[in-house]
Amino acid sequence: MLHTVNKSPMQTNDLASCLAHLGDGRLLLIEDGVYGAIAGTGAAKQLAAPASEGRVYVLGPDLEARGVDQSTVADGVQVVDYNGFVRLVAEHGPHQAWV
Amino acid sequence: MSDEFEDDFPGEVKRFMFVNRKAPHGTIYALESLEVVLISAAFDQDVSLAFLDDGVFQLRKGQNANVLEMKNFAPTYRALEGYDIEKLYVERESLEERGMTTDDLVVPVEVVDRARMTALMAEQEVVMSF
Amino acid sequence: MAYEVNGVTVETDEEGYIEDLSKWSKELAEIMAKEDDCELSEEHWEIINFLREYYEEFQIAPAVRVLTKQIGKRLGPEKGNSKYLYELFPYGPAKQACRYAGLPKPTGCV
Repeated sequence: MLHTVNKSPMQTNDLASCLAHLGDGRLLLIEDGVYGAIAGTGAAKQLAAPASEGRVYVLGPDLEARGVDQSTVADGVQVVDYNGFVRLVAEHGPHQAWV
Repeated sequence: MSDEFEDDFPGEVKRFMFVNRKAPHGTIYALESLEVVLISAAFDQDVSLAFLDDGVFQLRKGQNANVLEMKNFAPTYRALEGYDIEKLYVERESLEERGMTTDDLVVPVEVVDRARMTALMAEQEVVMSF
Repeated sequence: MAYEVNGVTVETDEEGYIEDLSKWSKELAEIMAKEDDCELSEEHWEIINFLREYYEEFQIAPAVRVLTKQIGKRLGPEKGNSKYLYELFPYGPAKQACRYAGLPKPTGCV
């Protein structure tokens, strides 16, 4: 299953709840959810385990729009573009949005 | 009058889960979810409802949204059984974090722990989040 | 649109469902029925009363198939079927009976 989170982890518990229910699924951070991918944040620590297994992704255009440089993204988190998003849905669907 | 047509669409039955994570009256999500669930009942799918995080407040007894001049839809969860929607899963941890037990809920539910909820979500073919 | 019943003005939406459910009365149901050339019998009232009780309990108007099933449980299989309900309410049990009962249009009724 592919999970997406689109809210900042400082704003809502969506990321925390998603991670608690991730199981062996994949996580893609989009929109304001991308703030959770910044290295050194509390959120980045929470997602370190699945990230180290290569199961966490972040949407590049949403990083760029928010002035978050890809070099500041936490270890193991993979940056994808819109095609990557589509590929994730195709390969790891169904999709659950934590909204 | 959807009952006149349902036999014309025998299609395959899919596992649908409606995931409810928000308190009932501050936003429109809970009511929207309930309306979609009631409509989905006409299509004879394998429907389940999950209540976790603040979504468990949707099922809390004693609500009366009429005082806010809003639709009081808590009693409507009790109608779901008549619509053959009988799988209502409530997450134990979410209840406990909010100081609630099944005695506080308007309708009989199956309480599941977080691990079981995770597994139930992963089993679905379609997940709708509210 | 609006009805005048016993000095009370009852507003309806464009489909003829009343807007303030507390303004319902038996007389209103009879006036609505008369407009459809329908004389309300005891059998009609069984359904209308059931719908009002259902709404009171669950705060929604039931979908047609739920109505049919529940009527069957309460009044027996000879009444809990589409044929019986459509004979009583030829415009459809939801559209016609719910309207006479002062309920909103059933959710999921397209």
